Amino acid sequence: MLFGEVGPLGGAAWTAPAVRSGWIQGLRTLAQHPSALRFLAACGAVDTIFSLQGDSSLFVASAAGQLLVHILDLAMRGPARGRCSPQACDWPACAQKIVCHIEDSLCSIATPQVTQALNVLTTVFGHCRGLWTQGLWVRLSPLVARLLEKDPVPASHSLVDLLLSVARSSVPSSDRGLWETLAQTLSHLSPTQAGPLALGILKLQDCPQALRTQAFGILLQPLACVLEAAAQAPGPPGLLGGAAGDPMTADTLLCSKSACVGLLCCALTHLGLLQPLPQRPSPWPQAPLLGAAVTVLRLCSGSVAPTSDVGGRLCAILVGCGRVQRAALDFLGALSQGAGPQESVTQVFSVLLEYLMSPESSSMVLKKAFQATLRWLLSSPKTPGCCDLDPRTQLFLRELLPVLQKRLCSPCWEVRDSGLEFLTQMTRHCGGQAGFRQALLASEVPELTKQLLQDPESYVRASAVTATGQLSSWALLAAPASPERPGAQQKSLLVELLHVLCADSEGFPRRAVMQVFTEWLRDGHADVAEDPERFVARVLQAASRDPDWEVRAQGLELALVFLGQLLGPRGSHCPCAVALPETAPPGTLAQALPEAAPPGTLAQALQVLCRVQLFEFAFRALFDCDRPVAQKSCDLLLFLRAKAAPCGSPQEAGDSPNVASVEATLQRWQAGEQGQPLGYLEPGAVMAVLRSIDLEGLRDTLAESSDHVEKSPQSLLQDMLAAVGVLGENEADCY
Amino acid sequence: MKLYCLSGHPTLPCNVLKFKSTTVMLDCGLDMTSTLNFLPLPLVQSPRLSNLPGWSLKDGNAFLDKTELIDLSTVDVILISNYHCMMALPYITEHTGFTGTVYATEPTVQIGRLLMEELVNFIERVPKAQSASLWKNKDIQRLLPSPLKDAVEVSTWRRCYTMQEVNSALSKIQLVGYSQKIELFGAVQVTPLSSGYALGSSNWIIQSHYEKVSYVSGSSLLTTHPQPMDQASLKNSDVLILTGLTQIPTANPDGMVGEFCSNLALTVRNGGNVLVPCYPSGVIYDLLECLYQYIDSAGLSSIPFYFISPVANSSLEFSQIFAEWLCHNKQTKVYLPEPPFPHAELIQTNKLKHYPSIHGDFSNDFRQPCVVFTGHPSLRFGDVVHFMELWGKSSLNTVIFTEPDFSYLEALAPYQPLAMKCIYCPIDTRLNFIQVSKLLKEVQPLHVVCPEQYTQPPPAQSHRMDLMIDCQPPAMSYRRAEVLALPFKRRYEKIEIMPELADSLVPMEIKPGVSLATVSAVLHTKDNKHVLQPPPRPAQPTGGKKRKRASDDIPDCKVLKPLLSGSIPVDQFVQTLEKHGFSDIKVEDTAKGHIVLLQEAETLIQIEEDSTHIICDNDEMLRVRLRDLVLKFLQKF
Repeated sequence: MLFGEVGPLGGAAWTAPAVRSGWIQGLRTLAQHPSALRFLAACGAVDTIFSLQGDSSLFVASAAGQLLVHILDLAMRGPARGRCSPQACDWPACAQKIVCHIEDSLCSIATPQVTQALNVLTTVFGHCRGLWTQGLWVRLSPLVARLLEKDPVPASHSLVDLLLSVARSSVPSSDRGLWETLAQTLSHLSPTQAGPLALGILKLQDCPQALRTQAFGILLQPLACVLEAAAQAPGPPGLLGGAAGDPMTADTLLCSKSACVGLLCCALTHLGLLQPLPQRPSPWPQAPLLGAAVTVLRLCSGSVAPTSDVGGRLCAILVGCGRVQRAALDFLGALSQGAGPQESVTQVFSVLLEYLMSPESSSMVLKKAFQATLRWLLSSPKTPGCCDLDPRTQLFLRELLPVLQKRLCSPCWEVRDSGLEFLTQMTRHCGGQAGFRQALLASEVPELTKQLLQDPESYVRASAVTATGQLSSWALLAAPASPERPGAQQKSLLVELLHVLCADSEGFPRRAVMQVFTEWLRDGHADVAEDPERFVARVLQAASRDPDWEVRAQGLELALVFLGQLLGPRGSHCPCAVALPETAPPGTLAQALPEAAPPGTLAQALQVLCRVQLFEFAFRALFDCDRPVAQKSCDLLLFLRAKAAPCGSPQEAGDSPNVASVEATLQRWQAGEQGQPLGYLEPGAVMAVLRSIDLEGLRDTLAESSDHVEKSPQSLLQDMLAAVGVLGENEADCY
Repeated sequence: MKLYCLSGHPTLPCNVLKFKSTTVMLDCGLDMTSTLNFLPLPLVQSPRLSNLPGWSLKDGNAFLDKTELIDLSTVDVILISNYHCMMALPYITEHTGFTGTVYATEPTVQIGRLLMEELVNFIERVPKAQSASLWKNKDIQRLLPSPLKDAVEVSTWRRCYTMQEVNSALSKIQLVGYSQKIELFGAVQVTPLSSGYALGSSNWIIQSHYEKVSYVSGSSLLTTHPQPMDQASLKNSDVLILTGLTQIPTANPDGMVGEFCSNLALTVRNGGNVLVPCYPSGVIYDLLECLYQYIDSAGLSSIPFYFISPVANSSLEFSQIFAEWLCHNKQTKVYLPEPPFPHAELIQTNKLKHYPSIHGDFSNDFRQPCVVFTGHPSLRFGDVVHFMELWGKSSLNTVIFTEPDFSYLEALAPYQPLAMKCIYCPIDTRLNFIQVSKLLKEVQPLHVVCPEQYTQPPPAQSHRMDLMIDCQPPAMSYRRAEVLALPFKRRYEKIEIMPELADSLVPMEIKPGVSLATVSAVLHTKDNKHVLQPPPRPAQPTGGKKRKRASDDIPDCKVLKPLLSGSIPVDQFVQTLEKHGFSDIKVEDTAKGHIVLLQEAETLIQIEEDSTHIICDNDEMLRVRLRDLVLKFLQKF
């Protein structure tokens, strides 16, 4: 028996949540055909699923809800069914039973039951596309609307989810009353509860303008109250066109610290999410929103002196509140995408500087402040005609760099880390702009960054590696040691990073070095371009020994870039057919190779690859115990084979003893004995080996998920046989 | 119960509490901000300072003393909460006729001694060629430049005490341990509790059998080196006197330590020197610990740190031996055994060196760039004066202020123009207003008393309503030279009863769990202890007709009327009245009870919780009848 008290429900195993979860999973697998419904209904399984909706394990409860939706969908999805009438009489018995259960739950006075019903309905409208859902809504919407009459509204979160789910479904096209319900809900819920609904409404593609206006008003209310409370004098019409803030919102803001923080954070986050969307409300009140974000930040830092009583209370609540600071900084960052009046932008930069300077800013707040600053700096207008930073931004940079310098000396590693991340991003985007270069080179920031390569914290070392790599790419790390030896300093960075790669005990800095090196190789960094072959050989040698799989994988990435430069980019099949990329950075190997004599080019390239021991690295990686490394290596070798194959091999060496020994070694590697080196490989032998390995097969095997063996029918069969215990005797029968 | 407020400085308090028959002084902090009015005392002759126009170098060692609000010779005991709050002790114990006892913990006394020793040393090693006091004349003072002309009661400013006075004052201290109960004259009990601010720092409980006053002064909830604050013992206080909150409520100590380290590193990396004016004990231990963790990461391992103070060695060593007064983490280190503070390792590895003064060994070892910790934070005396003169001219150098006791701008005034960078990183680990609000919610005192500065936002930030004490009922505030009647009355006193007297009592249960007995006894009071003793037996009649002498009279024992107890249920009482022939009875409810109106008899019976009145017009018979009916409902004994 699978069901009922005498079945598993009565057993001791039923007390384990995993067993209940497995039971639901089993039913779900079972319920794939309408005829299964009769069986389920007959044996009382649906009632058990109802009871499991309130299970103490959230996983079980959620799975039970989803199973109900699945059964309902299956029942209603009959081939003949189009749009169902709301009348229950012509619904299948099983569906009827479930819908009646949902109706009962919606009318229940117990909030958990209401929540369960709402969650099931949310899934129904989110996942089921049948026309019958419209009928279902017509039948249930009066019950849902009745929930709004209760005070407080029960299960408001789930209610909001349901309404949004319905609004996104096909229901609105048939039932215009939904918009009315949404409007009612917006006005019934508390400001904090209504926020997510308002955001959801504003994200809808098609919805009445009046409802959108109402929803936007709800999101703006808290900020309007803040602006009003902090205003020194009655100013120009603010967020709400001069209308006074909603007293209910103001009450929520002032009633307790947690309510105030919660409401403000929600409003800021929701508006921040809305900002980049194409369907955001228009006109978008950019200037008042900037003003509000700046005011909130100033209230949090205590640097604004509101004259009103409400403002004073708000200030007392918000001062030093890290959560609001973080939310406001994120929002301020999001607002950087829109323009603003000159005065507002000045205020933004000044408040950002205030936060970056303040010793009171916590590490998380500082991180957000750096991120917001970066976004504003990157979005700031360029001087017309010369694509350099405008004078105001340059002025800001000059004030910012001493702050950054101090932050890089902070005893708190998170702060040093955020500072370095900011510097990296800033350099990546503005490294070529004269204003930035000038300001940076005049500061001690590059020198400090280099010192941080020795930081005791591995995350900071990793960020310092990335930052110095980026600075070096733009020749910003340090002035050349002397006019005779330009780049002497930079060379030492290459050595230093190689040292980090070989000697650092933590994975993060080594991974960062590999990324920097890959980028350097790709961009034709001057030091690398001097002798790329030697560079690649050293890096691959270090990476091949690395215990961190990400470092090895990144090594393959670097190898792929190198291959691309030697043989042409991916996509073009043969270097013989395409001209070498003319846009390659000066000094790369690709340019150094003679353009004529294509077969010779390939041979030369293969020689180079053999010299840098790329094949040994790639073959080892092919049998790496970490699947991503092996996959990457497989891709690389396939790429190489594809590049080389059409051209034929200059020297077939398929039967040479070298090939045999390589294959033997590879077999041993595959078996896990990776100790033996491959030795020097001839290009011919490599090509022969490449052809002999079933790379496609290997790729397909690697593409399987790691538990494919356990989930395969064969494995199931083996389990069954093992359970029976007499493998030998029954084998034939089973097959 | 009265509180005499002798200091207006909230972090250097000095209050006197009169409680029962005892007079308890709570702390005696020394406000040294008046030294800022004087020129620095240089260790070597400074041509710049001595050649300033108009004013020649004069005595720079005068301090504000207490006002004569109360005769200090009547103070019975002085309770010290931390070493910063005992700096005025010699002025009180040596010059006021004080004959009482001072209570303090051992680290407080030892480190307090170091601070006083350093102060005396700083002042005495620079003897003054001349001294001037005529300016204290009010007529002359008026003519002086501001802020000197506005200084109050300059005539009470005193010279610095001597080492003899310090030793004599310290000899009057009795050492106490946390949670130790000390009886004062049998009237009150005082108990020190850990306050978490500094080594050996204490809050005090002053309690009698029925009243409890808590004195919270200089407490910290942050995890630094001292034992954590004992909050639980402060519960159920009638009055909580709250002083010594952080002087920089807007600055979070962690952020400031970060600033300190960053600025220090930046300066040293550029080849500059860092000067940290500081006290020889306290925050310096935490700073050294932070630097210990920081210097390697910041690449400052080769930079020498110098700690210069006449008591530098003692301070560093004392800190390591007071294990029982340290936080749990540091205590456990002692059992490993390891020194609790990492500055031991800094000294061992020669990264931190300490010297009694800039003379002698220091001049030989001195290497730049370096970091120097030295006193005094006012920049008016001590070795710091020399370094200000030495390094002030270079913009590579930085002075970092970490002590919040003095305005750094005023401290820097005599050194202007100054090229060196000045960084203000005040580190004050004492309670801030958020922590106070949590503390008050936790311990729930009936009344809070605090300096008036804490009951309003700081003048410079009048909008910061969060920077004040917010409690219910609102805190009572005091200011300097004010006497406060504390808002509670003593209602009970504990009296012991002698066993034989107790034996003779015959308790009668008047309601379940409550018994009463009448007692005739003699109340004997001695040393604030009250005892009920059996009354002397009446003298046996001797038979003779000798006239009794008046002195032999025993107290007149009249025949006592029985005592009544119980309450009168109105409904039953009315029924009883009706049974006894009264009719036309009306009952009215009043705020305090009921009025039973016998309209016919024109009589009123007023029944209240603690009294019953029968009001009838000259009808004694009726009154007696009614009285007897009332008495039926009451118990007699």
